[in-house]
This record gives sequence, structure tokens and C-alpha cells, in this order.
Amino acid sequence: MSTAGAHDALEAVYRTEARRVLATLIRLLGSFDSAEEALHEAFAAAAEQWPREGVPGNPYAWLVSTGRFKIVDRWRRQSRLAGVLPELAVLVAPTPEPDMAEHIQDDELRLIFTCCHPALAPDSRIALTLREVGGLKTEEIARAYLTPAPTIAQRIVRAKTKIRDLAIPYEVPSRTELPARLESALHVVYLIFNEGYAATEGPSLTRGDLCVEAIRLGRLMVELLDEPEALGLLALMLLHEARLSARVDAAGDLILLEDQDRSLWNRGQITEALALIERARASRRMGSYALQAAIVGVHAEAPTFRDTNWVKIVSLYDALCRVDLSPVTALNRAVAFGMCHGQAVGLAAIEAVMAKGELDRYHLAHAARADMQRRLGLTEAAKASYQRALELACQPAERRFLQARIQSTCQRTVAECD
Amino acid sequence: MQYHCLVYFDPQKVFNDSPEANAVLEEIGPHATQLKASGHLIMSQPLNLPQEAITVRVRDGKMSTTDGPFMETKEMLGGLVLIEARDLNEAVRIAAGMPHAKLGAIEVRPVIDFTKPRPKL
Repeated sequence: MSTAGAHDALEAVYRTEARRVLATLIRLLGSFDSAEEALHEAFAAAAEQWPREGVPGNPYAWLVSTGRFKIVDRWRRQSRLAGVLPELAVLVAPTPEPDMAEHIQDDELRLIFTCCHPALAPDSRIALTLREVGGLKTEEIARAYLTPAPTIAQRIVRAKTKIRDLAIPYEVPSRTELPARLESALHVVYLIFNEGYAATEGPSLTRGDLCVEAIRLGRLMVELLDEPEALGLLALMLLHEARLSARVDAAGDLILLEDQDRSLWNRGQITEALALIERARASRRMGSYALQAAIVGVHAEAPTFRDTNWVKIVSLYDALCRVDLSPVTALNRAVAFGMCHGQAVGLAAIEAVMAKGELDRYHLAHAARADMQRRLGLTEAAKASYQRALELACQPAERRFLQARIQSTCQRTVAECD
Repeated sequence: MQYHCLVYFDPQKVFNDSPEANAVLEEIGPHATQLKASGHLIMSQPLNLPQEAITVRVRDGKMSTTDGPFMETKEMLGGLVLIEARDLNEAVRIAAGMPHAKLGAIEVRPVIDFTKPRPKL
């Protein structure tokens, strides 16, 4: 094999195998740092040997056993000098080669659950998951989160220290623990997705990578755990992703659902998501993610905005309000209710939710109220609500949208006066 | 990516001829060989004591020199280790493995990337 060819082969193997090799090495060596060292050693050995000897039939197994051997060998030499450490005996003992497919996937799942452990600070869970499971570099995570690299590096170091100090076991949680642990893991994956999805400004490349990685993690969890909420989260992310290109125009301005060109939606992803929602529904244990996905699924199925089945959406929101008491869910239900029963009813429903005060600083609540007021011809009230929304909005694309709305509402007032 | 590991220590603690300090100094050579073998080490350069330093400044076109290091602190810059690492966390892990870290402190700094704009302060 030519040197360039061998280099390309190695690069390709790194991209596909490095994360999985790391996940297994953490289990075998019992520490993140040793596993990373072993991973590095394994690829250094591969760079040296593969051009001469060719790429092994099972690169994963080769890298795992090489990395493990190198580190254990080093420990052996060091322990000869420093006196044998008792815990080393276990690791030095030969274990069967881990090359079964289910073993590999289990290790990746173990890694996700460890990185998303509820004992870790929420920020640390995200940084650790992206680096250890997603294979992103510290600097890439820092760019995506607009945070200095040393801050991210610290979070990762602290999280690893905590995992070691608390001796958090490297395992897929048991049945009894699973619901709570799964919730934390799904939440991390969804936060990663949202970070990539919500941003319409900034370094777009890395942001898009966050969505891709979140969907990969979502898929992995669906493959390994047949849990309705994992199905729901993957479906939800696919449905958002499917409509991403229709969500902003060439200038980066937001396009409302009502005005989106539905032919731009990715039908393949929508079909996949709808099938996942069906599987979740069949389990009769639909949770928050599955219900949210089902709601978005109704929108995705409608050929035009006018064809949207609002009755179905309201009933799904009713179910969602039972498992998720958040005021934002109540607000969304109120909007859907208005779409079903007319704008006056909708406005009253929105006002009722907002009267509780929890959404005072939520710009989208004011924007939703403004939209109903505008449709009802309550121009002055609509303008004031849009203004309040603008005061609270931070994202540039959203701000431009709200400014345009204020402008057009003003123009209408002038036209009416003429 | 390349990172410089700036090794700071208090010379009173490193060159006091104690068995502990000497043991750490003994480790440095073999550790560097190991880092070189794994492909992490690009170069390392221990520095002479600050008393041997002279600091140069040019102000208004005039050059002036001061004896000693730029800053008077107990801990001094004792050496530079240039490493290759995948990212900042790998650089931190490598720095933590350096024997010097046991006696002093190591500042890990990315080598400047000239493709990026200059920092704005």
C-alpha cells in the first residue's frame, strides 16, 4: 500500500472507529485518561505498522488489543519499579478479545450513560458527551458554545475527576434506574441538538455538526434501547432537521411555518420519524418527547398549512400538558386551541396562560399574543406586544423578524388612517 | 494542534538537593523519551536560572536592558515543552503527566494560529 493510501485508510478508520475503540478501552482500563493514552498509542502503532502490513481485517479489535497491551505493558514496567499495585493485577490478567458487535455497542451506550450521569453538572455532561462520545475537540465545542476553550477544558477535567472520585460505574443502568438515567441522557442529547438547531448566526459549520451528532446519538440509543422516549426524541430531532432548510431564507431571515415551502422538507426523514412515532404509540407509554414528536408529525404530514389537523394537535397537547406542566407547553396548547376555535378564543386562551406571570420574560409568548391580536385587527395592541417581544429577544434572526412585523403593523395603521 | 507547556517552578524547591526533588528530576529524561516515542513531544527546552537572564525593551526607538527576568516572582519560567495534541484536553492530560507538574505548575498555551484573526481586547 502506498504511504498516502495507508494514511487515508488510517484517517477513515479513525473517523469510524476511534470513538468505539475509546468506549471499550475505558471499560477495559477503568479510566478515561488511560483509555485516551491507549487510543493514541494504538493509532500511533497503526500508523507505523499498517503501511507495511496492511489494514487488519478487524481494525476495531486490533486497535483495542494494541492500545490495551501498550498501556498495561507500561504499567507493568512502572510497577516493577514502584512496587506492584494491587488493582493492577486484575487489569494485567488476560481477558478474552472483545470483538462481538453487541459488546461494542454496549460500550458506546455505557459511555453515554456515564457522560450524562446526573451527578455531573449539566454543563459538564454536555461538554463531556460531545468530546468523549461525539469525538469533538475541546476547541470545537468551545466555538459551538461561544465559550473560551479553557472553560470547556475545565468542565471536562472536573467531570472526569468526579466520575473517578464517585466511582460512577461504567454500565448501562439497571431496569429500575433506567427511567431517571435515560431522562438525563435524552435531555443532554436534545440540548446538543437545540444548540445546533436554534442558532442561525455564528460559526454555522460546527453548529450543524451538533445536530448531526445529536441525531447519531439518538439513533444509537434507539438501536440499543427500545424505549418510547428514545424513539420520540429521535423522531422529534428528525422532524426538526427535515424542515431546517425551509426555516430560513437566503438572507438568514426566519420563515414562519405558515409560509414555508413544504416541498423543501426532507420527506425521507419525515417518513422515518412518523414510523418511530408509531412505534412509540404502540408501546402505550408515550412520554414528553414522543408526544412532542407526534405534534410536530401532524404538521409534517399536512400538505399545506390550511390542511393542518388542529383538532388532533390540541388533543396531543392535552396529553402533553398531563406529563409536562411547563407554561411553554400551556402556551403552545393555547395557540393550537385558537387555530381550532378562532382567533378570539385563541387570544383569550393565550391571555389566560400569560396571566399566571411565568411567561412575562418569554419573548415568544408576547409574539404569539401579538400574532393573534394582529389577525383580529387589534393593531395598537399587536404593535405593543411585538415591541415587548423585541425587547426580550436576543437572537438576531428573531429580532429582524419582530422588527419587520412592527414595521408592517405600523404601515397598516397608516393605511387605515388614510 | 501544537501547545506550549510553560513550566514554572520555584528553584528553591527544585534544586534543593532533597531526595524528593532529585527523584523528580531523574524522571524527566525517561518521560521525555516516552513522549517522543508516542509522537506527542516536538521539542523541549529547559532554561537557565533567571539570574542569567537579561530583559530587552525598545521604547521610542531606544533599546534598554534590565538584568533578570521580566517579572520578579518566586516561581520562574523554568522551561518550555512543545507538544502535539489533538485538543486542549489531551494537552492538559499530557502536561499532567510531566514530572515537573509535581513540583511546580505548567501553563498550557496553544501555539498561535496565524490563519485566525488577531485577538480583540
